[in-house]
Order: sequence, then structure tokens, then C-alpha cells
Amino acid sequence: MSLAEVVLSIMFVGLIAYGLFGGADFGAGIWDLLAGGTRHGARQRDLIERSIAPVWEANHVWLIFVLVVLWTAFSGAFAAVVSTLYIPLTLAAFGMIARGAAFAFRKSISTLAMRRFLGAGFALSSLVTPYFLGAVVGGVASGRVPPGVAAGDVVTSWVNPTSVLGGVLAVLVCAYLAAVFLCADARRDGATDLAEEFRARALGTAAVTGAVGIAGLFVLRADAPLLFDGLTGRAAPAVVVSVVAGTAAIVYLATRRYAHARVASALAVTAILVGWALAQYPYILVGEVTIEEAARGRATLVAMLVTLVAGAVILLPALAYLYLLFQRSPEPGSGAVSSDGVRSGGI
Amino acid sequence: MDAWDVVADAAENLYPARMQMALSLGWHIIFSCFGIAFPLLTVFTEWRGHRRGDAVLTGLAHTWAKAMGVLFAAGAVSGTLLSFEMGILWPGLMDRFGEIYGFPFVLEGFAFFIEAIFVGIYLFGWNRLSPRAHMLSALPMIASGMAGAFFVVTANAWMNNPTGFRLDGDGRVIDARPWAAMFGPSTWPQVVHMLLGAYMVAGFTIASVYAVGMLRGRRDRRHHLGLLIPLTLAAAVTPVQIVVGDWIANTVAENQPAKLAAMEGLYRTTAGAPLTVGGLYYDEGLHYGLEIPKALSLLIHHDPNGVVQGLEEFPADERPPVNVVHLAFDTMVGLGSALLLLAVVLGFTWWRRRRIPRTPWFLRAVAVSGVAAVLALEAGWVTTEVGRQPWIVYGIMRTAEAVSPAPGLFLGFYAVVVIYLLLTALTVFVLRRMARSGDTPAPQEVDAEPPDRSPGEVALR
Repeated sequence: MSLAEVVLSIMFVGLIAYGLFGGADFGAGIWDLLAGGTRHGARQRDLIERSIAPVWEANHVWLIFVLVVLWTAFSGAFAAVVSTLYIPLTLAAFGMIARGAAFAFRKSISTLAMRRFLGAGFALSSLVTPYFLGAVVGGVASGRVPPGVAAGDVVTSWVNPTSVLGGVLAVLVCAYLAAVFLCADARRDGATDLAEEFRARALGTAAVTGAVGIAGLFVLRADAPLLFDGLTGRAAPAVVVSVVAGTAAIVYLATRRYAHARVASALAVTAILVGWALAQYPYILVGEVTIEEAARGRATLVAMLVTLVAGAVILLPALAYLYLLFQRSPEPGSGAVSSDGVRSGGI
Repeated sequence: MDAWDVVADAAENLYPARMQMALSLGWHIIFSCFGIAFPLLTVFTEWRGHRRGDAVLTGLAHTWAKAMGVLFAAGAVSGTLLSFEMGILWPGLMDRFGEIYGFPFVLEGFAFFIEAIFVGIYLFGWNRLSPRAHMLSALPMIASGMAGAFFVVTANAWMNNPTGFRLDGDGRVIDARPWAAMFGPSTWPQVVHMLLGAYMVAGFTIASVYAVGMLRGRRDRRHHLGLLIPLTLAAAVTPVQIVVGDWIANTVAENQPAKLAAMEGLYRTTAGAPLTVGGLYYDEGLHYGLEIPKALSLLIHHDPNGVVQGLEEFPADERPPVNVVHLAFDTMVGLGSALLLLAVVLGFTWWRRRRIPRTPWFLRAVAVSGVAAVLALEAGWVTTEVGRQPWIVYGIMRTAEAVSPAPGLFLGFYAVVVIYLLLTALTVFVLRRMARSGDTPAPQEVDAEPPDRSPGEVALR
């Protein structure tokens, strides 16, 4: 592995983390949207809010991490991708603003109308943002971004079969991950009925995602032959792992082993992302620019590697502590903090 | 695609791209100030509360933590938009200089990550952690807030004084040294100026909220402390900021003489140059301003007859827009001086009488000090950013060369205007709601609505 590939791989680990954790947060927003009327959906929305409130900001930073590594180590390719695909990226960024702000503000507001408005903002943007990010991936993976600033078509680079497939799959995968994660959260809180609801949703989304995935192979064969060849060739083992892990997750869900289902689902999603990376290797801009060609100077890559390793040493324990702290059941007697950790002390 | 091609023109994109960046950054910079300074104030108050067993102080800290959560979320999402815009609006800059300019942002990414993690732990661990563990969890938040500011300002300082690389014959970067690039001549003065500015903005703004409450008759201990703690921090920092201001002006004079000339509206290179306050710049000179003889030479060279370079030294297409820069600079200095006066009044009264001044005029001044500090921050930022024009990388790359030529880009500007109007309205609305519901009802308002919602309303959402 070359230095550039090492740096890019670390970036890709960040991308996977964003896909899993950030993706599940987006998915939670999608279920918030579909939770039903004010009264009926209240408990589900409460569960969703409690499980993502402490962690969504940290999960969101993975995306920033991906962006900064790309623009520093692969500046030219980054400039090409972002300037060509600026429309879906702008829309995704707007979605993130609407989503983060609405979510954070909702819990500080008590009037029903305002909560509904903010809730709708949060939920709709949770649907919109992963779609556009998936469309961006589709544009890159189908080789629609040529090198150079704004050299590609600013419309057809993300309005095309592969991008639509990418967008739809992203939404489905987010919704699926969230449903699986929420099963375990609901059970830990003792809400068995909610766990059952999310289990049914997880199984349903799994079926739809599988069907779209299979149909997607035909789309790719017609629209992105290079990617298709990679997925059925070099990346085939990753695709197989994804299918096996996905099937295992369904079995675990069916037998209500939610902790196992989480791991298997995460593995399935990880494998499919790795599959994408393998399929388009060694290109960073498919068919045009390889990783080596796009990599910047050695001093920058070394500085980057030092930073990434040193940063990980600080970051990972802190992140682990965050998750452990909020995955523990709330201590008895602290129920007042449930839906909004800082409400009770507002003297 | 023909219709698109008509507008596919970088020149057409320059103005809206600049305005979009200005709006996004100008909005974000206020919230990042709170991200830097608010944790310090909150955890200090929490610590005093625990030490003295003072429920008013812990209650105050708890309210601040909630407000901090809202402000941090607003800062995080607006910062995300910026990281997209860096590539969307200025791909030319990223393409050519990303490996140097981008590197501090990698470090900032980690700082932001740590901050986000510990904000989550601090806010949501309020009742899960012991007081000691809870307060300790705030320390990484404070440190990473400061570190993040350092890294971002480093990148900006590099745009003002690019170092740490060489260019080959075609203008391509060779021999990039990203660590060295972080420590150019502008870095330290800019970083210190920004950090102190953040403490001033947060301190004066929070104090002003309680000053308004006190003016409305809420003279309880909570309001008293809510005013005193942030105001003390801001007042202590203000005189230092004035000294740092002199340091940064000297750095600018040395490294970016065109910016300094624009700040002072000075056209002719002059020995014994006067300092002109206010005025309008046209016909190669400032008109209607208030001149203080020889003051500029004295400030810059610490010599009343020192020679200060004027705009005439630079080709017309390398001069920044003088009026904007000069008036923004005067606004910053004027407001900074007014805040210094406020700090002196507070310090004097405290020294002689061990209490805050009792006159309503003092409270009124504190009540507007928050707005003044924010305006001074924005004016200072306009001074340094507009003063750098027409360069995006000073002396090397013009802003016009960096802007994206993508068709339709200007539409993004209108969208951003709408989004930020909404976001601002919502943020203000939410903070006002919180201010109302988080307060202990004062004796005179016991018949006001209860601070917490009824259980029925919580279920109904």
C-alpha cells in the first residue's frame, strides 16, 4: 500500500463510520417522519430523541473529517467533485442545517405547533440529506466527474440512473440501520411493543433494500459498466460478505437477538461500502484520475498521517466513552432527564 | 444546456459567491465565539456553585448549559455548510493550495470532534455523572474550543501571509510544508485577537441578557450573578484586547501595507501621517474625517515622523475597497473603546465599593454591550477579509481566480439568505423561550405562567 492509499483508507474508515452512525441518525429522523400522528407517534419520537440526542453531533463530525482529509490530501480531485456536484452537495448541506437546528431546538420548545414545525423540518431533512449524498456517490462512482474545476455537467452528474440508485439505497440503508439500532434501544428501555414495531420495520426495510440492491445491479450494468465489472470482479468477495451478513441480520432480527442484529447489519453496510471502494480502485475519479495521480506532496501526506494517528489516539477513547455512557440504562431516579437531559435542573 | 452556458461565467459568480461566503462566515463566527467562551463561564459557575453549595449558581450554570447546547448546535451546522462552501465556491483555491491551506482544517476537524463529544457528555451527563466527573468533562470541551479557533485562524492567517511552500515556473505548489505554513507572521496576533474577541462577545452578550432583566425590575441574586460573572471576564479581557490590537496593526503594516493603507484611508505615502477617524474616501483621499496629526505614524512606527505607505504605492487593481475597510476598522476601534470605558467603570466601582455601579445608565450600557461586542467582531472580521482583497492568497492568487465557474452558482446565494434568515429567527425565538421558562419567577411575577410545562403537554407532541 502506498502512502496515499493509507491516507485514503483512513478517510474511508471515517466514511464508513459516518455511514453507520450518521446514517442511523438520519434513519431515525425518517422514522420520526413516519411515526404517525402527534399522540400515536409520541412514544416513538421520544425514543428516537433520547437515543440520538447525545451523540448526533459527534456522529455528524465524521463527515467533516472525510471532507477535510479529502481536500488536503487529494485537493484537485476534491475540487473537481465538489465543483461539479455542487447542487446536490449544497442541498445536502442545507438539509444538515435544517436537521441539526430543528432537532436541537425542538427539545427546548414546549408549544405543540412549534414542535410540530421543527419536527417536520428535522424529519424531512433526514430524508432529503442522505438521498443527495447517495446521489453524489452515484455520480462519482459512475465516472461522471472529470478532472478540473466544474468540468463536469452540473445537472446530469447527479440526475442519472446510478445517482438515483445511490440516493434511494442511501435512504433505505439509513432507515434500516436506524430501525435495527432502535430495536435494542427500545428493549433496553423496557418498551417491548416499540421494539416489536421497529423490528417489523427493520425486516420490511431489509426486504425492500435487498430488492432494490438486486435491481440496482442491472442499473449499474447498463449505466456504470466500470463499477459493475469491479463489483462482480475484484469486489465480489465484499458483495458476498454483505449478502451473508445481511441475511444473518434478518435471522437475528427474526429471533429477536437485537445486539447480534446490530453487528451483522453494520457489517453488511460496511461490506457494501468497501465493495464500492474496491470496485473503483485504483481510480479516485473513475476512468480518469488514479489515487496516486491525485495525491498531493509527500510532506503533506506524512503530516496528515501523523495527525490522523495522533488524533485517533485522543479521539477513539473519548468516542467510546460517549457511547458507553449513553448506552447504559439511565440510573433509576434520573427519569426526569429522560427526553431532554438538561431540562430538570432549569431552576 | 445552452441556457446554462449563458451564465456559466466565473465573473458572474464572484459577487454572489463572496456574499454567500460572507453571510455564512459572518453568521458562524458569532456562534463559534460562544463555542469558545461559553463552556468556560458555565463550568466556572458550576464549580463555584458546588464549592459553596449555592443552588443559585448551579441553577445558573444549568440554564447556561442549555443555552450553550442550542448555540453549539447552531454553530455546528453552520460550520458544516462552510466546509462544503470551501469547495463549492472556491474550488480554485482548494485545487491549487488545498494541501497547505486545508491542513489546519484536518487538525480543526479533530478539535471539533472532541468538542462535539464532550458537549454531548457535559450536557446529557448532567445527572449521570458525579459533579467532579461532570466538571472534568468540560475541560476537553474548553481546550478543544480554543484549539479549534487556533487552527481555523491559522488558515486565515495563511491567506493573509502565505508561507511554507514554493511555486514552480507554472505557479504550481512544490515543496509544501504544511506545519511551517501554519506559523506565518500573522498567526499569533490573529489567534490571540480572535480568542480575546470571543471572550468579549460571549461575556458582554450574556451579561447584557441579565442587564435587560434587571432593568425590568428583576433584581434577584440570580440576575446579579448572571450579569457579574460574564461581565467580569469580558471586562478583564477588554484592555488586553486593545494592546493586542496594536500588535496586530503593526503586523498588518509590516506584511500587508495595502490593507493598512485602506484601513486608514491613506492615499499618499506620508511621513508623520495623521490618524483619520471616520470620513468618506473618494478622489484619492479621505474627506470629512476627524484628523489627529501624526497619530498614525506614532501608532505604527512608535515615531511621530515615521513614513506610512499609502495606496498610491499599489496598482489600482490591487487595492482593496477603501470605504468598507476604513469604516469597518473605525467601527471596531470605536466600539472597542466604548467597551473599554464600560470595563473601566466596572473595575473602578468594584475597586472602591465592592459592588457593581447602581445607576440605571450602567445597566443600560451593559444591555447594549452585547450588540456592541458582536458588531465590533463583525467589523473586525470585515476589516481583515475585505482588506485582503482582491487577493484570496495575498499577493499570489486573486479571489476571482479561485471562484467556481459552475453555472447557476449564484442561486445558492439567495437560498443561503433565506436559510439564514430562518435560522436566525428560530435561534432567537428558542433562546427567548428558554430565557422565559428557565427563570425562577421573581416575587412580583408569581402569577405568570409556570416555568415548566404540564405533563400532559409533554405527552402531546
